Amino acid sequence: MEELALHLLDLYENSRAAGARCIWVNIDEDTTEDRLTVMVDDDGPGMDEQMRASVADAFVTTRKTRRVGLGLPLLAQACEQSDGYLKVTAAPRGGTRVVAVFQHSHVDRPPLGDMGGTLAIIVATNPHLDLVYHHCYNGQECVFDTRRMREELDDLPINHPQVVKWVRDTYRTSIQDLRGGEI
Amino acid sequence: MKSLEELREIKDRVKEDIRVRQGQDEARIVVGMGTCGIAAGARDALESILDELNKRRLKAVVTQTGCVGICSREPLVDVFMPGQPRVTYGEVSPSRARQIVAQHVANGNVISEWALNVSESREE
Repeated sequence: MEELALHLLDLYENSRAAGARCIWVNIDEDTTEDRLTVMVDDDGPGMDEQMRASVADAFVTTRKTRRVGLGLPLLAQACEQSDGYLKVTAAPRGGTRVVAVFQHSHVDRPPLGDMGGTLAIIVATNPHLDLVYHHCYNGQECVFDTRRMREELDDLPINHPQVVKWVRDTYRTSIQDLRGGEI
Repeated sequence: MKSLEELREIKDRVKEDIRVRQGQDEARIVVGMGTCGIAAGARDALESILDELNKRRLKAVVTQTGCVGICSREPLVDVFMPGQPRVTYGEVSPSRARQIVAQHVANGNVISEWALNVSESREE
């Protein structure tokens, strides 16, 4: 997994498969503290404590097709190799909270990647779910909220191709601008 | 939230478009988005599918699914055409994805060379 944007897509798939209706993403970049934090909350059924403690183990999965799961272990590895850590706790809203912390300047920290592309794919393939995305870079903020979009769109489906294109183009640019041109 | 007025403009612009597309029978395209699929490039394949559908003004339902257990052949894409058996394509690169839309979804020609499996059951 080469980008944080792809890890996010992966976390989203976990929440979606668990039956969440809304997913909250908070990305906080603080270059003074030299830290990048990705926090994902959902309103799914959550996990029990034993499951939460063992999710970074590749041999733990809820899947029936095979007895290995790689999503969270890969993210944990990415965090640890850039002097950070991964933590899975209960979310305040009842679901699961995943917090991934990285040293911002670490040479092994995965790049953010194409976040506009990830948001567009999420909207295109999951029109019935909501996503609230906050991205903060040294105090400056960029927000993406499907609930606000729905208010504007009335009966136009949120996964209409023109809307998806707008999401991709707008957020590619605005997240890049937010981060001073860096991808 | 960035430029919500732009969304309002899009809404007004595409109202007509929706009416035109509503008459068509719907194809369904499902992309595998488990960890294996994403790592193999499912996001780029999906993006190409959406772009090609849009270019050709085709209506299709595009959804995602988790890992189905054939990780070595990811990215996997299932195509369900109305009244036709399901076709599963493997190793779908962005360029293959465009071909699948152009040949299979637009014209009903299965690309057997890339198909892993054609199921017996037909879509209702």
